[in-house]
Amino acid sequence: MAFKQVSSPHGHARQSTGQIMQLVLLATLPGLLVLSYQFGWGLLINILIATTAAISAEALILKLRNRPIEFYLRDYSAVVTAVLLGLALPPLAPWWLVVVATAFSIIIAKQLYGGLGSNPFNPAMVGYVVALISFPIEMTTWVTPVSLLAADVSHPGLLESLAIVFAGNSPVDGVTGATPLDLFKHSDGLLVEQIYQNNSLFSRASFAGVGWEWANMAFLIGGLALLKARIFTWHGPIAMLGTLALMSMLFWDGGSSDSPGSPVMHLFSGASMLGAFFIVTDPVSSTVSNRGRLIYGALIGLLVYVIRAWGSYPDAVAFAVLLGNFAAPFIDNYTVPRTYGHSKSRRATDKEKSE
Amino acid sequence: MRRIWDAPGGVHPPDNKAQSLTSSIGQLPLPEKLILPLTQHVGAAAKVCVSVGEKVLKGQKLASASASISAAIHAPSSGWITAIEERAVAHPSGMSAPCIEITCDGEDRWIECMGYPDYKQATPPQLRNLIADAGVAGLGGAGFPSAAKLERGTHMPVDTLIINATECEPYITADDILIRERADQIIQGIDIISHLLGTPKTILIGIENNKPEAIAALNHHCQGSGIEVVSFPTKYPSGGEKQLIYILTGKEIPSGHLPADLGIVCLNSSTVFAIKRAVIDGEPLISRITTLAGEACDINRNYEILIGTPVSHLLAQNAFHPELCSRLIMGGPMMGFSLTSSDVPLVKSSTCILAPSHTEIPDDDPVQACIRCGLCAEACPASLLPQQLYWYARADDHERLQAHNLFDCIECGACSYVCPSNIPLVQHYRSSKADIVNARTAKATAAVARERFEFRQVRLEMADTVREAKREARRIVTEKAKITSPTTTQPSGSSAADIIKAAQLRGTARQASPEQQRAKLERTLMAAEMRLKEAQQRLLQATNNASVDQQAQQLASVEAAKRKVEQATQRLTEVSH
Ligand code: SF4
Ligand code: SF4
Repeated sequence: MAFKQVSSPHGHARQSTGQIMQLVLLATLPGLLVLSYQFGWGLLINILIATTAAISAEALILKLRNRPIEFYLRDYSAVVTAVLLGLALPPLAPWWLVVVATAFSIIIAKQLYGGLGSNPFNPAMVGYVVALISFPIEMTTWVTPVSLLAADVSHPGLLESLAIVFAGNSPVDGVTGATPLDLFKHSDGLLVEQIYQNNSLFSRASFAGVGWEWANMAFLIGGLALLKARIFTWHGPIAMLGTLALMSMLFWDGGSSDSPGSPVMHLFSGASMLGAFFIVTDPVSSTVSNRGRLIYGALIGLLVYVIRAWGSYPDAVAFAVLLGNFAAPFIDNYTVPRTYGHSKSRRATDKEKSE
Repeated sequence: MRRIWDAPGGVHPPDNKAQSLTSSIGQLPLPEKLILPLTQHVGAAAKVCVSVGEKVLKGQKLASASASISAAIHAPSSGWITAIEERAVAHPSGMSAPCIEITCDGEDRWIECMGYPDYKQATPPQLRNLIADAGVAGLGGAGFPSAAKLERGTHMPVDTLIINATECEPYITADDILIRERADQIIQGIDIISHLLGTPKTILIGIENNKPEAIAALNHHCQGSGIEVVSFPTKYPSGGEKQLIYILTGKEIPSGHLPADLGIVCLNSSTVFAIKRAVIDGEPLISRITTLAGEACDINRNYEILIGTPVSHLLAQNAFHPELCSRLIMGGPMMGFSLTSSDVPLVKSSTCILAPSHTEIPDDDPVQACIRCGLCAEACPASLLPQQLYWYARADDHERLQAHNLFDCIECGACSYVCPSNIPLVQHYRSSKADIVNARTAKATAAVARERFEFRQVRLEMADTVREAKREARRIVTEKAKITSPTTTQPSGSSAADIIKAAQLRGTARQASPEQQRAKLERTLMAAEMRLKEAQQRLLQATNNASVDQQAQQLASVEAAKRKVEQATQRLTEVSH
């Protein structure tokens, strides 16, 4: 009787790319919950719009490329991109902004490069940056955290939010405002202490900035869970956060009016944790070896700080990540691990046979 | 306590070892026929020394080692040689190879065995001969002839002898059960090898900590013997020779070297057992312990099988359900290969027959895109970058593959095992390795052919020159003969004067020929110089716009042309002097 001819290894670890992506989605939940609590329905609506747009865009391109649609959609990578983008875009942003950013992510930044695995840049970050550059006003309007709303103002309800997003109704005054990083950036001439006292965003915060601190905490928790599940290694996130902390420590400047802010504020503000655990760890656009990831993470941490402190954008994770993506192949070239039985590692471009 | 080094990479597949460990080593009824491939080991095929129709006894030699790396083959049972021909053998490609077929007579009658219980009196070469004569080859799966391995150990003093009892592949328990039941004989075997190698300073038995009973048995028998039993955490592939050596000693075998170069010899525990039998009992290697596992067989168990037993015989004795079986594997699930037919025989390196059900090892899921997750790199015990290798393998970039040390891949399958996108990485590496080796051979053959062609050209030219010179000489001789002896009427060649004259004429001819030769050689030189110029021109063009290979080719032809010019010049100067 004849048996099947198959190549070893026989059997397989029970973890597929689709499952990994689903785990990543699951890990964003704590962050999403906290953000939604703080900023209302806007984020959830963002995510829904982005997901719909991402799946449609992906399906459309796959159809044009003559690829099996269902098979590729099942890797969930488009959904991950959509959710990350939805979390990063400002809540209550107009729907077309979300659609344009998502479509750009999926179609230009991912599929045009050959689809999952072949894109040199993180699609969500490309979408974000494109939106930021094209629609700066919409992109820098954030909702005020719930605990800072005036007594007579509240976040719009679901229907109201939908009306704002889809019909372009304007939100009630006082619902939108600056983010901690924004505030910090535009408070030149004030001592850190003064900024903290003058602004309820800081004075009523537990440690970094109202609303943001807990969201970052939640992303940290989700990220640590993924780390525990060995979805990625610690090298990238820790290198990024470590460098960010180190830089803000070095330039803390005793809280003078020139100080770009404390380590705690930097670690727990903006997209720091989301970036460290959900963007820097994107395997496709990062470096491949652990040593490479240390350098890659550190580079992004450094860039985040530099742009936040001395650049013209208050938050910088997206730009820093894209620059990191750009550097990744070069880092890879110099960080090929040493193979068993070889005295030294080589550069990837070395062609001749090794000793 | 000995320090345990943590080898990089590795995976933890479910070990599935309990199923086959519920009963002791079993015996199978004698099969009707035994099929013995002449190549069951690494190296040259054994040379047949019996003929069809001959009656053979159990343990009789059927084929002898044909080279320094080869192994003899013996009759596993008594009977008649009924065929010596090509048969399907266990091989990843499902190929056939020369085999000896024995039809058993059912008597299982032994030939007289000459043991050497007093092995301490024997010299190392004598012991090695005994082992070689018994046809012992690595029983752990690789099948390297043991005598050759021990021979290598004699070029350099061996200070560490490592016995590999790791058995890191899931399902396989052959070593485990052998140690549980016959640890004493394994220790005897170690003693023989230690004597043969000049008593190495350190003798270690490396075993994974998932075999507590085997460890206890070894500890019991090793007491006071100076042999250290070292157990370490279970992780696939700790049983790879390079990995085990690292785990136990912290030393890495430099790429392209052998453990012996570091004064280390590493043998599998079942091989050690076979050596004990060969030396003390005088029994050649005709049987081994093989694990039968998988849900498609009702019985999972270890058997002491005769080498040459058809797999189908083993399956039939254990209530095999072919319809339940998803694939038939020889060896373990990580490195074993699938058999297309169960008619092939078990050989010296057959550690396991695995007949898994469809739920146990389902069909492979469709391949997805590589997401560069790096899980493969983390799993790789050789610290390679499997995803990069995969990239280059798909692009057929042989240079990059080699630069990324493809040939240090031990094909353990850990990378494929963890890949979430189901990419059959190892399969790509295997075929790339084969491609590279083929390309190398082709290049070498082409180089040889080119050299041969050039040599032929030179030879022909030389022959031409000589022939022309001779012709010229003859012409001069006849002309001179006409002039000097116009009246030759008497029959020539008899007088002394004639002989002298002839000799003189020959001399003139020889003097005349250098002129001719010189002219010819000058022409050759000119032609060669022209060809060199042409080749250099081509090379120049190639450097601008041709592949590396073409450039190499052009470079080679320039070299060849240069050589020719040199040769011609040299000959010219020789002739002119
Ligand atoms: S494990 Fe598979 S998907 Fe991940 S990097 Fe390796 S080859 Fe690519
Ligand atoms: S098969 Fe080769 S590349 Fe893959 S893990 Fe094993 S040694 Fe590394």
